[in-house]
Amino acid sequence: VSPIASRTYLDHASAWPVRPEAARAHADALATAWADPGRRHAEGREAGDLLGRATATVADLVGAPERGVVWTSGGTESVHLAVLGSARAAVLRGDERRHVVVSAVEHSSVLAAVRRLVDDHGFTVTRVPVDRSGLVDPEDVAGAISPDTLAVHLQHANHEVGAVQPTHEVGAICRSRDVVLHVDACQSIGQMAVSLDQLGADLLSASAAKYGGTRGVGFLAIGPRGRTAPLQVGDERQRRRRAGLEDVPGIAAAAVALRIAASAAGAETRHRERLRRHLRAALAMLPDVEVHGPLADAHPGIVAASALYVDGEALLTELDANGFAVHSGSSCATTSGEPSHVLVAMGVLTHGHVRISIGPETTTAQLDAFVEAYHGAVQRLRATAGMMDHGPEVSVER
Amino acid sequence: LSGEPDAEIVVDTRGRACPIPVIELAKAVAGAPAGTIVALRSDDPTSKVDVPVWCRMRRQRLIGQTEDPEGGWVFRVETDRP
Repeated sequence: VSPIASRTYLDHASAWPVRPEAARAHADALATAWADPGRRHAEGREAGDLLGRATATVADLVGAPERGVVWTSGGTESVHLAVLGSARAAVLRGDERRHVVVSAVEHSSVLAAVRRLVDDHGFTVTRVPVDRSGLVDPEDVAGAISPDTLAVHLQHANHEVGAVQPTHEVGAICRSRDVVLHVDACQSIGQMAVSLDQLGADLLSASAAKYGGTRGVGFLAIGPRGRTAPLQVGDERQRRRRAGLEDVPGIAAAAVALRIAASAAGAETRHRERLRRHLRAALAMLPDVEVHGPLADAHPGIVAASALYVDGEALLTELDANGFAVHSGSSCATTSGEPSHVLVAMGVLTHGHVRISIGPETTTAQLDAFVEAYHGAVQRLRATAGMMDHGPEVSVER
Repeated sequence: LSGEPDAEIVVDTRGRACPIPVIELAKAVAGAPAGTIVALRSDDPTSKVDVPVWCRMRRQRLIGQTEDPEGGWVFRVETDRP
């Protein structure tokens, strides 16, 4: 394995490197704000003050009311609080609606939470299909809403192919039908313009690991129409919406990282968007390689492609050995043996699927080197399988 | 799969994972005269997505997709007539 220094990290969509300002804020808070923020002594107040400032910063950045931010252990818990917590809040207030709408390409944390509503709580669910680029039609969402519908769960940017959903239009539909809209913004927060108003969201789930905070921190932003009931109970922290001692250093880092990300987002996005289009064009030139997701309406840093006749895991391994970190969790040969539900919903090739996610430090030269390594690996794997670039070969001598 | 027409080639890839079923299908189609029906047997769920996509990419005609009574699916592809 090549040393880390010579490697090219193209998996920012899985975990964004911790921003230096966030790492410093984290270290400072570990030294000065380690006490229980709920205690009334001086040490506790120090931590409580920092928690309050971090919460106010994030509320301001995402356009949530001062009290509209609940800190969680990360994106998965934020999503669960939005899906399961909002359903529980409805049950508790006597609301009898028991139907939710999701897109077919939601993150598995959303789909699994919705499945729990169905299995354990008698809900029904409608899955709205997507087109070949991964986008829902707002009219289809409107058509899926019935008088029994409680909530629509729709992601902002897709985690596998980068498609950006028309959440604002869907939000308007939801408001007119008295339905709550939860937007899963885990993949876009800190990288695109994300606020409750801009996305038309009543609930917005986020993960700090995706934009340069420390891992194990996320939040749910709650707008005026959003309601949740706690999933973790046992104390009165966070206005009884989420029990458990807050990770104040992690929360401080999450707030600093989001502030830095928001101020850098314009320049970072222009750079990444240019690289994204460059990489898409280069990959599309390769024989029997399909590039997925829309050209416009897309996340600035995500490129996804499939290579015919290629095993995704083998491709990932070759690329890793060549110094490139990319993700292939949605390829055909995942451990579950099931193809990616996202690619299935889009009806696109699942062979040799990789997701390349570009960061602000990524260069054109790195992407050109990646394309060369990718093409070489694809050709070798096809040759091994007895398939050359343009259809089958009678015999392959190596 | 008894009772099928003589022109049909059966490719059995049951037990083998993606991308093998489509590779075997491609090899069979390449080696067959135009107008042949190639029946691919596969129990890899990925084939339900990839076989139609491959047919689209290679301009081959997918004329049927049925459940295989012995497990998995049978995809029938009619090779391109010149």
